Amino acid sequence: MARNASVQTKVGFTVLAWAVALLLFSPILWTIVTAFKTEAEAIATPPTFLPLTFTLDNFGDVQDRSDYIKHAWNSILVSVGSTLLGLVIAIPAAWSMAFAPTKRTKDILMWMLSTKMMPAVGVLIPIYLIFRDLRLLDTVHGLTIIMTLINLPIIIWMLYTYFKEIPVDILEAARMDGAELWNEIVHVLVPMAIPGIASTLLLNVILAWNEAFWTITLTSGRAGTLTAFISSFSSPQGLFLAKLSAASLLAIAPILLLGWFSQKQLVRGLTFGAVK
Amino acid sequence: MGSITLEHVNKSFGEVEIIPDISLEIEDGEFVVFVGPSGCGKSTLLRLIAGLEDTTSGHIKLDGEDVTGAPPARRGLAMVFQSYALYPHMSVRDNIAFPLKMAKMPQAEIDKKVEYAARTLNLGSYLDRRPRALSGGQRQRVAIGRAIVREPKAFLFDEPLSNLDAALRVNMRLEITELHQQLKTTMIYVTHDQVEAMTMADRIVVLNAGNVEQFGSPLELYKRPANRFVAGFIGSPKMNFVDGPEAEKHNAHSIGVRPEHFALSTTAGAGQWAGTVNVAEQLGSDTFLHVEVEGLGLMTVRTDGEQTFRHGDKVYLTPAANRIYRFDAAGLALQDKPT
Ligand SMILES: Nc1ncnc2c1ncn2[C@@H]1O[C@H](COP(=O)(O)OP(=O)(O)OP(=O)(O)O)[C@@H](O)[C@H]1O
Ligand SMILES: [Mg+2]
Repeated sequence: MARNASVQTKVGFTVLAWAVALLLFSPILWTIVTAFKTEAEAIATPPTFLPLTFTLDNFGDVQDRSDYIKHAWNSILVSVGSTLLGLVIAIPAAWSMAFAPTKRTKDILMWMLSTKMMPAVGVLIPIYLIFRDLRLLDTVHGLTIIMTLINLPIIIWMLYTYFKEIPVDILEAARMDGAELWNEIVHVLVPMAIPGIASTLLLNVILAWNEAFWTITLTSGRAGTLTAFISSFSSPQGLFLAKLSAASLLAIAPILLLGWFSQKQLVRGLTFGAVK
Repeated sequence: MGSITLEHVNKSFGEVEIIPDISLEIEDGEFVVFVGPSGCGKSTLLRLIAGLEDTTSGHIKLDGEDVTGAPPARRGLAMVFQSYALYPHMSVRDNIAFPLKMAKMPQAEIDKKVEYAARTLNLGSYLDRRPRALSGGQRQRVAIGRAIVREPKAFLFDEPLSNLDAALRVNMRLEITELHQQLKTTMIYVTHDQVEAMTMADRIVVLNAGNVEQFGSPLELYKRPANRFVAGFIGSPKMNFVDGPEAEKHNAHSIGVRPEHFALSTTAGAGQWAGTVNVAEQLGSDTFLHVEVEGLGLMTVRTDGEQTFRHGDKVYLTPAANRIYRFDAAGLALQDKPT
C-alpha cells in the first residue's frame, strides 16, 4: 500500500512538473512557431498554432534590417569576455574569503550581494557620465567592463561556496610541498574546483547574454548586443509580429542550446553548490 | 640537518590564548612525539612549526636560522596530515612528484626519485591510480612518499595513523620507525596514542592546556614523572591516585601507584589494602582488575592472565614500596624517598 501511494505521488508530481514546465515554456514555443508564419497569419483571429504557410522570409528580413551577425558577435564577446575577466578577479577573491577569512569576510560577502539588490537606475547617471568621459560609450570593451562589475558579486559568491567545500588540508599540503600562492591556486585549487568553475562560467555567460538594462543604455549602433538588437524591433512600422518573433528566436537560440547541453552543470550552479 | 628551536612561543586565536609560552629544543635527527589530551594544542604547536599558523609572539628557529615569519613553502619541512591530504586530481605519481616539481627539479631526476620512493614504500603498481582508488593504508604510504622525496629538514606528522584500523596501525608504526632509523631525519609526531608515543619517541613532549608538562625520554616520563598530570597521562592503564590520610602516611599530599606495581593476594589479610573485584578485564596475557578498595575507592590492578577472577571476589593489595609516587598539594612530584 505504502509503495503504491508513493508511486502515485511520484506520477502526480511528474505530471505537475511537466504541466508547470509547459506553461513556462509556452511563450517561447509560441514565439518559435510564429517566427515561421507570414505577418498576416501571425495576427490572424482565431490564431493558428502551426504555420499554414511555412516561411523563412522573416529571418532574411531581420538580418537585412539590423545585422544579426554583428549583434550576436558582440553578445559572445561581451558575455564570454566579462565572465572570463570576472573569473580572473573572482578566483583569488574567493580564495581569500574561503581560506583566509577575517572577522569582516561575512560582512563583505553580504555587502557584495546587497549591491545586486540595488536598482541599476540608481547608478545610471554617474556610470553614464564616467563612460562618456572615458569614451567607453558604445564600445565592446566598455560594455564588457560594466558586465564584469555587475556580475562579479555572483561570481565571487558562487566560487566562494564551491571553494568552501574543498578541504583546506589539501591546500596546506601544497604549501608544505613548496607551492607558493600562485602555484597553489593554479595547480591545486583550480583543478579541484573545475566543476564549480564551469557552472559559474555557464551561469554568468547566460546572465550577461540576457542583460538588457546596461546594454541598451550604454550602447547604440556599434557595440549593441542581441538584447539591443531585440529592443530595436520594439518600435515597429506596419506588420511586425512575425519578424519580432524571428528576431527573438535568433537572439535566444544560442543561449537556449548552450543551456540545454549544460543542464546538469547549470542546476548545480543555480543551487549554489547545495546539491552534490 | 634539522634542529628546531622554539623560544617563548605564544599563540592566541583572537582573545583565546591557546599556547601561553613554550620553549623547546629539538635536536637534529631526533624523533619527538607530542602527546596530550584532546584540545591541548598539539596540532597548533605543530602547525606553528610548519608555518601554517603565525606565532602571536616568540621565535622559531630551524638550524639556528630564524624562520618565524617565513611561509611554509620556504621552511623546507614536510608534513603528513591525518586526512592524508592527497591531491585528488593527480595520479599517485604526480602526487609524489609535486614537491619536486615545485622545486623545479629536472624531469629525469623527478622520475628517478619517484620510482625510488615508490619502490621503498611498495607503491610501484599503484603509480598511475588516483588517490580515490586506494585504501587508507596505501593513501598513507603515498602521503609519506610525497614527504620523503624532497628530503626535508624535518618531518611533521599530525596523527597520521588515527584513520587506520588497529592491525594496519601497528604495521605503519613500525614502518615509520624504520624510516626514521634509515633516514635519520628529525621527526615530530603528534598523537594521543600512548603506545605510539612510548614506542616511537626518542623524547616525548607532554602537553596540557598549551603548556609543556614534561619533556624527556619515554622511560624517564614513566619512571620519574614531573607531576601528577604526567604520571596520570603516561602509562596504560592509568596510575591510581590516593589522597588523604593514606597519602599523609607517606608524607605527601597524594600518592600514586601504577596498576602494574601491586602485589596481589587472595589470602585473607595478606595485603595492605583489602578490596572487592568490581570488573575483571581478561586479555589473555594480562588481566586488569577494577578493585573497590575499602576507604580508598576504585583502583586498577594488573595481574597475569593465569588466574580467573569474578565480580565480588575478595582481594588484598600491597603497593611495591619503592614504586610509590608522591606529590605535593600543587601536584608536583616529591623526589626524595618517603621517610
Ligand atoms: N583556527 C582556530 N581558531 C580558533 N581556535 C582554534 C583554532 N585552531 C584550534 N583552535 C583551538 O585551539 C585549541 C587547541 O587545538 P588543537 O587542534 O591544537 O588541539 P589538539 O591538541 O591537536 O587536539 P586533538 O587531539 O583533538 O587533535 C582547541 O581548543 C581549539 O578549539
Ligand atoms: Mg590535533
